[in-house]
Amino acid sequence: MPPEHLLRRAAREILPGQIVNLGIGLPTQLMAYLAPDADVLIHSENGVLGCGPQATAAEADPRLIDAGGAYIRTRTGASFFDSAVSFAIVRRGRLDLSVMGAFEVDALGNLANWKIPGRFSPGIGGAMELAQKTPRVLVLCTHNDKAGRSKVRRRCTLPLTAERCVSRIITDKAVLDVTAEGLVLREIAAGLTVEALRRDTEAELLIDREPEEF
Amino acid sequence: MDKYREKAAAIARIGDGATIMVGGFGSPGTPFGLLAELERQGQRDLTIIKNDANEAGIGVSRLIEAGQVRRLITSHIGLNKRVVALMNSGELAVDFHPQGILAEKIRCAGAGCLAFLSDIGLHSEITDPGDVIEWRGRPAKVEAALTADFALLHAERADSVGNLCYRATARNFSPLMAMAADCVIVEAAGQVPAGSIDPDQVHTPGAFVDAVTDADLSDPAYGLMEGRYAP
Repeated sequence: MPPEHLLRRAAREILPGQIVNLGIGLPTQLMAYLAPDADVLIHSENGVLGCGPQATAAEADPRLIDAGGAYIRTRTGASFFDSAVSFAIVRRGRLDLSVMGAFEVDALGNLANWKIPGRFSPGIGGAMELAQKTPRVLVLCTHNDKAGRSKVRRRCTLPLTAERCVSRIITDKAVLDVTAEGLVLREIAAGLTVEALRRDTEAELLIDREPEEF
Repeated sequence: MDKYREKAAAIARIGDGATIMVGGFGSPGTPFGLLAELERQGQRDLTIIKNDANEAGIGVSRLIEAGQVRRLITSHIGLNKRVVALMNSGELAVDFHPQGILAEKIRCAGAGCLAFLSDIGLHSEITDPGDVIEWRGRPAKVEAALTADFALLHAERADSVGNLCYRATARNFSPLMAMAADCVIVEAAGQVPAGSIDPDQVHTPGAFVDAVTDADLSDPAYGLMEGRYAP
């Protein structure tokens, strides 16, 4: 189960007027946290701008899915297009925000989320183009993997999706900004101390003011 | 001009060793009927170009599981554990491309061009340094156009001259593949006389289409899949 406070916090990153791609997995779940009348257009790389929430069996159209394979509804103002146009939107920089998952993300803003050599290599999908070409990339992931290993690293060890592409990282434990100096702690999960967060984080954390709770 | 053909005869044009583009992103747009006929006829040593491998037991996955496919050129196969296992065991060769680059390589061939320049993944492990050139003072990756002997496509409507309309997310790679392949075989449940599709609403003009066959949408492959909708 994804921590609900993480999704609720991340949904606040999506601002009125924005065009946003939500990656498969945790980011797609943000859809449920957007107001039904929110002034945003959600892009799905399989050819939709203006995705709505998941459809019920009664509403579902077998020809209308999101990139993760879920049946969806569309919202007012939606459009359909082919895959070349869909990625023209991405590579031309017409998205405002991409929300992506991560296996690892590091203090330089490098992102690794497409391959774990020897264990997981299902292909690239849209990840490289989204990470490399979206003006603002938000990483949304659990702070530590199932073995407790920090996903927030000094340097990524896995093959990169894109270099120096991440602006902000939101985990179940912290909100971090990637800056020229390194990772700056902006917010911390309620009930967690900075000392405990540092123990759970491989990367160095910079603090320029008291972090807010979320 | 009449492009309506029997499905079996259209698919019989495909020989062993052919390279085949297959439309569809997941299930929408996948020509399940044409793929079932290809499975029945049993052509082998095929190279398949498709965004994904469908899911285990359906679509192109059936051809792969039956051993008819030697190579898969694709973007992402994460929803198909059986095909991932065949890749890992070395029984299936798989080439991965970033999704929009795959689309653009196909579009590029369809526009009659040889290649284009891109900066996607330039410094990543997917780039062969031999493909990187300097273009007007900056490094760029040469992405070769991707063509095929055949394209198998699903359209929502097709008329007798081969004009096509797709629906919703069933469009995806199909208009691009229609342009890029030498022989384009389409299935459509809605076969309509020429003149019944508004010229302004045509997604693929008939010039790109060689054969239009009938699709039987009562096949459950075209229906809703369990567990993909909201409760």
